[in-house]
Parts: sequence; structure tokens; C-alpha cells
Amino acid sequence: MAKQVTLTIDGKQVTVPEGTLIVDAAKKAGIDVPVFCYHPKMEPVGMCRMCLVEIGRPVIDRATGQVVKEADGSPKVQFGPKLETACTTPVSEGMVVVGASEKVKAGREDILEFLLTSHPLDCPICDKGGECPLQDLTMGFGPGESRFIFDEKMRMDKHVPLGELIYLDRERCIQCGRCVRFQSEIADDPVIGFYQRGRSLEIVTFSEPGFDSYFSGNTTDICPVGALTTADFRFGARPWELNNAASICSQCPVGCNITFNTRREARSGGRMVIKRVMPRQNEAVNEIWICDKGRFAYHFTEGGGSGNSERLTQPLVRKNGELAPVSWDEALQVVAERFRQAGSGLLTLAGGRLSNEDLFNLRQLTQGLGGQTALYTQMAGGDLVAQVGVGQGTNFADMGAGSAILVVASDLHEEAPIWYLRIKQAVERGAMLIVAGARPTRLEKYAAHVVRYPYGSEAAAILAMLNSLSAKRPNLPEPVQALARSPELQAAAKAFAGAQNGLVLYGSEGLGLEGSQALAQACANLLISTNHIGRANNGLIAVWQRANEQGAWDMGFRPRTDLAEAMKSARVLYVVAADPAGDDPSMAEAGEFLVVQELFLTDTAKLADVVLPVEAYTEREGSFTSGERRVQRFYPAVPEPAGLKADFAVTGQIGQLLGLDLEARFASKVMLRIASQIADYAGLDYVRLAEVVEQWPIVGRGDVYYGGTSYENSQGLGVQLAPAAQRGAAVPLAWPEFASQSHSQQASAEGLLAAPINRLLDRGQTVWPSTLLHSRIPQPYVALNPADAAVLRIPSGAMLQVTLNGTARLAAAHLDENVPQGVVLVPRSMGLPIFGPAPVEIRRAEVVSA
Amino acid sequence: MSEYLLLRHRQIPDIGNLTVYRQNEGFQAFHKAVTSMKPEEVTEVVKASGLRGRGGAGFPTGLKWSFIDKNKWPHYVVANADESEPGTFKDREIMENNPFQFLEGVMLCAYAIQANVAYIYLRGEFWQIAAHLDRKIAELHSAGLLGDNLFGTGYSLRLYTHLGAGAYICGEETAMLESLEGKLGQPRLRPPFPPSFGLYGMPTVVNNVETLTNVPLIIEKGAAWYRGYGTEKSAGVKIFSLSGCVNKPGNYELPLGTTFRELIYEHGGGIPGGRQIKAIMPAGASSSLIVANEQALDTPMDYESVPAVGAQLGSASVIIIDESVDIPWLINKTIHFFKHESCGKCTPCREGSYWMMHLTERIDKGKATWKDVELLKDVATQIRGKCLCALGEFSIEAVLSGIDRFRQDFEARVGAREMIETQP
Amino acid sequence: MNHLAEKYSEEIQAILAKYPADQKRSAVMPLLYLAQRESGYVTKTAMNEIAELLGITATEVASIVGFYSLYYDKPAGKYRIQVCTDLPCALRGAEEFLEKLCENLGIRVGETTPDGMVTVEHVMCLAACDKAPMFQVQSGEGLSYHENQTVESAMALIQSLKKGASHSNKDGHP
Ligand SMILES: Cc1cc2nc3c(=O)[nH]c(=O)nc-3n(C[C@H](O)[C@H](O)[C@H](O)COP(=O)(O)O)c2cc1C
Ligand code: SF4
Ligand code: SF4
Ligand code: FES
Ligand code: FES
Repeated sequence: MAKQVTLTIDGKQVTVPEGTLIVDAAKKAGIDVPVFCYHPKMEPVGMCRMCLVEIGRPVIDRATGQVVKEADGSPKVQFGPKLETACTTPVSEGMVVVGASEKVKAGREDILEFLLTSHPLDCPICDKGGECPLQDLTMGFGPGESRFIFDEKMRMDKHVPLGELIYLDRERCIQCGRCVRFQSEIADDPVIGFYQRGRSLEIVTFSEPGFDSYFSGNTTDICPVGALTTADFRFGARPWELNNAASICSQCPVGCNITFNTRREARSGGRMVIKRVMPRQNEAVNEIWICDKGRFAYHFTEGGGSGNSERLTQPLVRKNGELAPVSWDEALQVVAERFRQAGSGLLTLAGGRLSNEDLFNLRQLTQGLGGQTALYTQMAGGDLVAQVGVGQGTNFADMGAGSAILVVASDLHEEAPIWYLRIKQAVERGAMLIVAGARPTRLEKYAAHVVRYPYGSEAAAILAMLNSLSAKRPNLPEPVQALARSPELQAAAKAFAGAQNGLVLYGSEGLGLEGSQALAQACANLLISTNHIGRANNGLIAVWQRANEQGAWDMGFRPRTDLAEAMKSARVLYVVAADPAGDDPSMAEAGEFLVVQELFLTDTAKLADVVLPVEAYTEREGSFTSGERRVQRFYPAVPEPAGLKADFAVTGQIGQLLGLDLEARFASKVMLRIASQIADYAGLDYVRLAEVVEQWPIVGRGDVYYGGTSYENSQGLGVQLAPAAQRGAAVPLAWPEFASQSHSQQASAEGLLAAPINRLLDRGQTVWPSTLLHSRIPQPYVALNPADAAVLRIPSGAMLQVTLNGTARLAAAHLDENVPQGVVLVPRSMGLPIFGPAPVEIRRAEVVSA
Repeated sequence: MSEYLLLRHRQIPDIGNLTVYRQNEGFQAFHKAVTSMKPEEVTEVVKASGLRGRGGAGFPTGLKWSFIDKNKWPHYVVANADESEPGTFKDREIMENNPFQFLEGVMLCAYAIQANVAYIYLRGEFWQIAAHLDRKIAELHSAGLLGDNLFGTGYSLRLYTHLGAGAYICGEETAMLESLEGKLGQPRLRPPFPPSFGLYGMPTVVNNVETLTNVPLIIEKGAAWYRGYGTEKSAGVKIFSLSGCVNKPGNYELPLGTTFRELIYEHGGGIPGGRQIKAIMPAGASSSLIVANEQALDTPMDYESVPAVGAQLGSASVIIIDESVDIPWLINKTIHFFKHESCGKCTPCREGSYWMMHLTERIDKGKATWKDVELLKDVATQIRGKCLCALGEFSIEAVLSGIDRFRQDFEARVGAREMIETQP
Repeated sequence: MNHLAEKYSEEIQAILAKYPADQKRSAVMPLLYLAQRESGYVTKTAMNEIAELLGITATEVASIVGFYSLYYDKPAGKYRIQVCTDLPCALRGAEEFLEKLCENLGIRVGETTPDGMVTVEHVMCLAACDKAPMFQVQSGEGLSYHENQTVESAMALIQSLKKGASHSNKDGHP
């Protein structure tokens, strides 16, 4: 623990760790030092000069080294002639800081008067009004009036789009540099910067597209004025008219804590609508940041029950070949009857965006009838995560020197941006990063070791690492042996094994179910063998494709490799939050009777016999389990739309009609049942999930000047589950079967193998309805190596016909030297039917002139 | 002056030729240092000589070198050839005409702190001087005075020029380091100071061109010899760049402690047209205005005496103002300079210089009232002591001293306005 | 394709060699001079090319162009005549010199002659205060100082420039 230092701030004694800045020490003591440029998550720069204080230091006798005493025995303190900046000065023993003097007051007034000389003072029409540090601090610390002649104010552009997502008002900018520093220090996307100098300084972007960063929205939270606003919220509402509801982002397995700001709106028929998404502080998950997908892709939830969106509004039952609206009673009766008849012929297929409560009820219902469940996903390994997942108390913020992080088969910047950000910071604190992948990804910039393997050898690469440490398995297949000879791989393995803490994140790039299960097993073996399990900051994390896939595994759902056949042979198929027919037309031949429970009329729903409309997660409550196995609660942001039910409630009511004991009213009660039946969740309830402890830095609480407009967390930090290894269970090594899916065996006649990759912004159902993002989502494409393209005579940008799994689709050709030869990268959820590695045929499409 | 120490080309015209420079003891100091002195000994001699920085702040040079952090490597030397203070043109004359002595100074500094690379940061306008120095550096390589394993000692050294691109603030040492790193030329927070956290975060000594040009002779002839020039606390010689209302503007190398009177009237040939001298700015545009009375004229120009008459010696760029010059016009000029050169990093300088510019413009145009003059004074006072770097603090010197010491000029300007207003 | 990298590969190598291998960003200023030689100002394409060469973003390169006054983001006359009118020069008649020069050329400060050859600007101190009036000429061939000028000498220089003469002194030594 760092040495403690005691000082006095405005008469209050404060003890803080050595190295703390005065501004933070004051904050901890409940004393506000006004700041503009300082932000507790970034290095101090001392630019705005707002945080001026008087600083006195004890006088030390040169000869004795002792503090000189006044006549009354108190230490003699000497004050400097100038005011000093509290944000750049670390505390020292015996320091006396004065922020409440006339001199300081005058100094701060001076600075505010300077800032206001160039400010347009258009607060009445400013989006920041009501949550603006400049406004607040002017009230608290400013001069009464300005002596600057209004006509001499610098006129600058007020509506500058920095790309499509963020707007800049140049007149309002106070040149604090927070946005520029966030982008370079925290996000490492220095795509906005200062242009000119002196009074002419202005924020610009020269990237293509403008402000090209997945983290751009965070700058609007920390901008201390209304200079940066999102295109989404601009002129949308006044902050003080907004309600807020705590929630969890449903876009990826990180589980960022968010707050939905809502408002009742006349133009939406007087209904409550979501106006924006704000980060909510959880220092163990997302700190105070969220990515732009989380901030902008929420629109898919809109319009529930209103009839003026794509959302389903009422139950549908197929009559005379057409889906016709019916009452809930009728629909549920039909479904219950069919389920009863099906019995063990029921197959329930569920997607990973459902909550734990939904999944639990689905499983109870299906099991109660003797049917089968399946998880609709292309990634496996959740059972292993439950065994050797990260230990309770895991927090990337605690990782630094001594920690090793291995990322394999995942492009984290695209798949889980906040983990990317936090791992980058861990590396900056001294953590050792190993990136194992088939192609270069952005994260490699921070890696101490890069392990390169051919697509198809993901598990082999990890086993090779293990093998290089201790030749546990002599008869390794050739690809593993070849990899094991690589000195870089050996060095990486050694470094990983030698680290105090070891963490593995595995993903699904290039992999389907079998490959990812094998990879997960290989990673588990590595962790077990190097004794990196059962403790905080050690263990396995799966980079799932959907927010709650881990929860689904924990609730007992498993993917099946024979899904297509199982679907065909099921007597009744119950599809919830999944669209197999949309993803792959060959899945359209469902079984005898199809029930779809959905938000939208998906391709699968169009084929259904019964369609049950449900609430979006913003309209109800529930819980998700994140990739780090943190169970987190979300709350309703808008009222329950008439005519819709939550998934768990629909399932519960079907179950009740069938005489099963299912909870259909309160999500909280479903959680109690989960806790009593699922060992890992024992002891959980909604009260525990809502518990909070004080977090640092302090944000929210009306102190937006300090940390920005991220919300304070008062509704729950969630509970991280202990993996079996931490609960003392034995976790044996197991050896994955090598399907030995080496490249050559899988490739097509042309010798090309399609490898799936994941992109943050795709054409999936939970992204595409947010039209704001369209400009950032590419047309369907595949990426291939220029050498392969040359052989096939495919120029960059050419339109291709891509045939995968028997389906032909059009896609543009992206040529990229980073794509290994012989491989075609196919992004998931971009309109191309890709699930795992598969042979692919590509040829130039006939150009049809319009 | 009997003998030049710095502007030696005035006595030895071809000293810019390597052979000639070497015939005149050139590179003997460097050879001596590298082959027979410990690095710390070089620093000690410079310390003992009493040499102080000629870039403006007057910081003791040897002391600065001794602060270099020996736990972090590599070390760097950056020679400050940004020379952008209005009224300063001395470094340029040295580099153009006596380049080897300057380069030898850089090399001695590098040896003293065991740097293997030194950069010379020149203002962008010194494009041709940089090319000139590049040729001289190439000659030193050919002559075995730069490169690897110098004189068989294992010590290696390389020099590189680097051009700025028109930003006065890059003369400030930390802004210069940022600029050299390819970033905006905005000053860093200090501490840490360059000797512990400099170029690329490594220990670095930044010295002015003139400062470094003193070093070869100090090493060659000894500290005591150098102390024979100048005063007790301001040892040595200084180049005074004399400009403005004076008959013979130019550089004058004189011992520190020479009076203003001697510089202006003996060397500078007095004021043109027999006009009266009115004010002196001893440190360029960053300077306070000294009322040029008899007492001021008799003040010795050294680091201690100039403050006694209300200004700083700075880089000794002495601008002479005669009675024909109006002080409101003058401060409008200096404020335009500072407004143009403010880097914009900190609020008081960025906003204050812009505000002051509006006020000085109005005052100069005779469109102001006395209230504006008072407001100008207030704004300047508001800036004081709150800036991140010295540029902002410099910007108010002429303003405050001008209003205080030449009040009548401002009263006259404001009066002019009243006259305009009363015209039919 | 990186035009700059191809056209000036040797110069670029020499520039990069001045700085530590992991500090390539230091080369941004010299590379911008190189780019400016091409077209008299720094084009967006050049910014992107420099960014690529140094492994930084185009925005970071642009920031440098914006900050420093010797880089231009817009074209102007072939020759930029930049007269120092800072305090010491102004005390020696630089402002009248600039005014007369402009009168002679029939343009205002900041403007370019109709033939596109000469842009006249005023600049801050150039460290030649004892040789006022003075100006510098900036063009693709480099930058040169012209001191102790009269309007006549300046006009003569401009005439010769228009005829294609070089403005830098023969040996590059000012
Ligand atoms: C705004 C500003 C401009 C400066 N310009 C110069 C300059 O042009 N040349 C210079 O040598 N020092 C300049 N300095 C001083 C440097 O920061 C630094 O003190 C000096 O280079 C140290 O060298 P010295 O100790 O040899 O004087 C400037 C300082 C400030 C604050
Ligand atoms: S846009 Fe906002 S955050 Fe960025 S510099 Fe301006 S005021 Fe600061
Ligand atoms: S005082 Fe001026 S030049 Fe110095 S940091 Fe502040 S704005 Fe920049
Ligand atoms: S200078 Fe301290 S908050 Fe800006
Ligand atoms: S003032 Fe013109 S060169 Fe110095």
C-alpha cells in the first residue's frame, strides 16, 4: 500500500495516498475545486487554470531537517507568492491548501471571465444546459458580469459535423483538450485534434470518415461545455426533463452499465421514449465509458406496442395460410395445446440476447414437458467458463505488472471494445499481453508476444503453447507440433506460465461450434496446467457474440452441432430470440409446427404457425450474466407497452396452462428460483444485485464538472459468480478431439476457405434499426488477400457472387494484405450465411446495368 | 573591445572555415575534454566559470548540466536556436559566421552529459542557416570530430539540425521538445524539468546558442580566465542586440555590466535626428519599458542591476524607443505579437491576449475612453501569475509598465478620442 | 500509392535517420517541408501520405500544419513575400515600406498579384531587426532573407522573380 500523506484543505485534515493530486484529495474530502481541463481518468495538463488554490508548505530547517515551529508549537507554513493549480500538484505531508480565500475566489473569477469572453452564452438553446460544468461553475465561482464587448467575440462555426455521429459547436469550445486527450490517451484513436493556435484553436478531424472511432460518444460526456453533442441527442430534449433508468448494454458480453434517459413525448403520442444512452459507472466493468454501439444502437427497442415501428404488436396465429392477429388467450391456448401434444418432441431454440429469467423459464418449461433445448449460437465453451472462468473479484483495473493476458481468436476492438480499452490500459500499467490470431488485429499493437497460426489451428496453437511448457501429450497431431517449434510461441507460453496472474479471452473468429469448444478446452487446459484458475484476475473469459450467452449456458442451454436435423425432426419448434431462417435460408424447412417468440417479424417468424410478440429489454426487468460472469440487473426504462409481455412471462403462462409450476409475473421471483436451483447462482436475489459501494472517481451527484455526465451507480454493481474452480471443485484436464480441420481439408475446389470474423457494427437486427449508424456499416463484403485476388482476377471493390453453404449472395471484394492466402474473411451478421469455417466459392458477379 | 570571444569572425574573418578555426585553437577544448577529462570535470569547469544561460532566464549553465539524471539513458542535448524574441538576432550572427565554435560548444555539452546525439532546433526561417550548419557538421564527420569512437576513446557523437516552422513559443524549452517530438509546440508542465524528463522523456540539456558558444573558450582557457570578464554575479561577455531608434543598430559583444549609456551612445551612435531617448526595452518585446532617464542610462546591464530599474536583462535584445514613439502604439504592437504567438494551451494567455488586443487596438486608434485603459490594466493584472508558461507572463510586461510609466501617452490618446467626438 | 514516399525516397530516408527508430513522429516537420515544396502548400493527400509514413493519423499531421505559421493549407502566390513589421522593424519604417510595396504591386496585404506570382504578407520578427526594412521570400525553392531593402530594390527582385530568377543566394548562405 502506498504511503499515506496528511494535509489540510480548507481547515479539514485529509489523509490520502502519496502521489494523490490536491484536486482529488479535496474531492475525497468533499471539497470542490472547480476544474475544466482536469479529468480524474486522464493525466493532468494544467491548461484551463481554473483549479487555482493557495498552497502552503511546512518550512523545513535546512540544518536539522525538522519542521520549523511557530511560537504556539504549530508548524510554520510558508505560502508561495502565486496561486497554484490543484490539478497538477501532488499532495505532500503537512501541506496546507486554501481554496476558500478571497485571493482564490478572485483568481477563479478571473479565469471564468476569460473563458466567458469567447463563449456565445447561448445556454437557452444548448443541449448541455442543465448539466453544463461551465454553467454550474459560473454560478458557483464566476464574476457577476462580463466586461468584454459582446460584438468583439470571436465568431465561429456552430454546427460542424465531426463525422455523422458527433457535432461540434466551435464557439462553445473552451479548448480544454479533454476530448483530444480522451481520444489519444484512453482510446488511442487520435482522430480529433487541435488546429491553429492561440485564440484560433479549434477542434478538427481529418479521418475518413470523420471522427472515426468506436469510442467517440464518450467525448460528449466529458466535454465540459455544449461543444460536443451526439447527432442522436442534439436538440432532442433538455437534460432536466429527462428521467433515468439503470440498465445493462445488451450489445456485447462486456455488460457495460448504462442509463437510459427517457422523456414523455407529444410527438410519440405522449408515450415515454428513450432519448439517449449514457454510461453508468461500474469501475469493475466499464468504468465510466461505453462504446458507440452501446450508445447509438438502442433504437431497435423503440416503438414497442405503438404500431409505428417494425416491432410486433399482437400475437399472430396462422389461419388459412395467413398470419392473423388473435388474442393472447387464444394464442397461448394454441401453443399450450401443441406443446402438450409434442411432449418430448418439443425443441426450444433460444438466443443469447434473452435474460437469465427468460432462459430459466424456457428451460423449466421444456424440461417439464420432456423436450429438448438448444442455444442458437456459433460459439461454445460456456461449460468450461463456468468451471475455470475468472475468479470472483476479477477486475481489469487491478491488472498490471505480474498479470498475463492471452487473447486468442478474437478481434477485441471489434467484438468487445471496452475490454479492448481496458486491456490496453492494463498493458500500460505493466500487464503482459499475448495475442494469438490468424491475422493482425488492432490489439496486437500492445502485445508483448504475437502468436500467429493458420485458421483452423486455433486450439492447436494453444495446445502447442501448453506442450512447449511440459510435453504432456506426446502424440500431438502435426499442426500442433509444427506450431510448438515456433520460438515466439514458446516465449509467449513461458511468459504466460511465469506470470503471477493469467487470464485467457477466447473468441470465435474463424471458428464454429466444434472449433470453439476445442479452443475453450485447450485454453482451460493451459489455465489449469499453469495454475491460473480459481482466483481473482485468473481464468477464462469467452468473447461471446451476444450479451447473455454465458447466462444461457449457466441456465443449462447448450448449442448443438446437429441443429438443422434436430429442427427438422422436432414435432414442435419453439424459437425465441433467434432467426435461423434469416441467417440461412436452408434452415427454413422447420418441423411440423413452429412457434416464434420475437420483437420483430423475422424471416423465421414469417414461417411460423404462431408468433408471440414480446417486450424489448428496455420495457421490463431482468438480468444478464456478462463474459466475466457478473450477474447484472436491468430495470424498465419505459412503461410496459400494452399488448406485449416479457419473454419469461409468456413462457411462464404457457407453462401454467400446461400445469407446470412456473413464475410468470415477477422477474425477481424467477431469480429466486434460479438461485435455488442453479448452484452457481445460489444466494442471488434482486436486492443483492442492486447493492452498491462507493466508487472512485466520484461521478454524477450533480458534480458533472469533475467526471463528466456519466451516471453514478446507485442501482447495482452486480455480483460476480465464483467459478467451480474457486469453489473447490476439481477441474480435470480434457483433451479436445482434433477434427484436424486443417485448411486444405475444408477449402473449396478453388482452395478457398471462408473464415467468419466479427464486426462491431453489422447488419444484425439489434443494430440495423439505428439508421444513424448506417453510414458506418459497410455494404456486405468479403476480404481476401491481393495475391488470391490476382489469381482470380478480382479487382478491389469488385462485386462478387459468394457461395456459402449452398447459398449464393452478392458481396463486395475488399483486398487486404493481412488476410492469409487461401482464406476469405466473411463478416458475421452482414447478410452472408456463415457460421463456422466453410468452403467458399467466389466469382465476379455479372454486372447488371440498371 | 580588445578581443572578441564569441563574434570572433569580426577579427578572424574566415573562422567559419574549419582549417582556420582549427588554426585558432578550434576543437582543442573538445579534444582535451574527450581525451583527458571526465565528463563531470567539464561540468565543474563550466560551473566555476559562472556562465549563465543567454537564452533569457540566466540560469547557471554548469548547475543545469549537473542536474542531468544519470539513472535514465540515453541523454540528449538540444541547442536552442529558435531566436524569435523581437529584437534578438545574435544567435544568427554566431551560426552564420562562427559556426564551429557554436558546434564545439554543443559537442562539449554533449560530452559533459554523455549524450551521443544532439539536436539543433532552429526557427523555420533559418532554413539556409540549417543547410549551412549541415554542411559544417558533415565536415566535422569527415575530419573525425564527429561520429563513432572519437579519438579512439569509444565516445561517439552525432549532431542533427531540426527546423521549426514559425512559432515563437517553440523557443520555450519544453514547447521546443514537444515540437521536436513532432507534436504541437505547447509547453509542458514543469516540474519535471528537461534534465530529468526531456526529449522523448529522457534527460536532456537545453541551452541557448550563445550560451554554448562560450563553452569552448571556458574549457580551453579556464574558469578563472572567463571570470575576468563581466561582474561577480554576471560573469563573462554578452552579445547585446541593439535595435529600434538608434543610429547603429547591430550586435555588440560587451562584458556584462556595461551600462546602457555606453551601449547606446558609444557603440550604437546615439539616437537618430538628435531626438531624445524615451524608453528602453532591454529584453525585447517581452520586456518592461524602462523610462530612459539618467539613472537608467547609467545602469549596468547585468542580471542583478536591470531588475533594479524595473525590467529584466533577458536575452539582452535592447530596443530603443525615442520621443517620437507613442507608447499606446507600441503596446498595440507587442500585444499583436503575443496574441499571434500564444500557443493557446492555457486560458489566461489565450483569452487574455485576445482581449488585450481588442483594447490596445481601440486605444491606439483613439477610440477608447480612460475606462478602457483601466480595463486593459485589469486584464493584464488578471493574467499575471496564472499562466502555464512565461509567454503569457511576458505579454503583460510592456502593457503594465507602459500604462504605469507613460501614463501621459495614454491620457493623450484618450483625449484624442474626446476631440474626435466633439468634432461637428 | 504514396506519391511522396516514391518521389523523395532518399530524402525521406535521410530525414528518418536523424531520429531514433521508435520516434519517427519527429520527422513530421521536415516531411511537411518536403510536401510543401511540391505544391506551395500541404495538400490533404500529402497529410495522409505523411501520416502513413510515420504511423500516425492524418489528424495528427494536420494539427501540425495548423499550429505552425510556415505551413500552409491553402495555395497562394508562387512567391510569398513576407515583410517583418514587428516592433523593432516598425521603428525603422517597415510599415511604410510594406504599404508602399503593396501600392506598387496594386494589392493589399494578404493578397496575391493577379498573375498569381506574388503574395504579400506581414510577419513577426525574423531576427534581422538591425537590417530593417527586410522581408523573406518563401517558395518551392526554399526561403531566403532580403535585408536593408527599399521599395525599389524589392520591386527589382520581384521583377526578376517574375522572369524566373532564383531568390536564394547562390551558395545557400544568407
Ligand atoms: C516564450 C519563450 C520564448 C523563448 N525563446 C527562446 C529563444 O528563442 N531562444 C532561447 O535560447 N531561449 C528562449 N527561451 C528560453 C528557454 O526556455 C530556455 O530557458 C533556454 O533555452 C535555456 O537556455 P540557456 O540556459 O542557455 O539560456 C524562451 C522562453 C520562453 C518562455
Ligand atoms: S470540444 Fe469540449 S472537450 Fe473538446 S476541447 Fe472543446 S470544450 Fe474541451
Ligand atoms: S502562457 Fe500562452 S504560450 Fe504559455 S502555455 Fe499558456 S497559452 Fe501557451
Ligand atoms: S488547470 Fe487544473 S483543472 Fe484545468
Ligand atoms: S523586428 Fe523585424 S526582424 Fe526583428
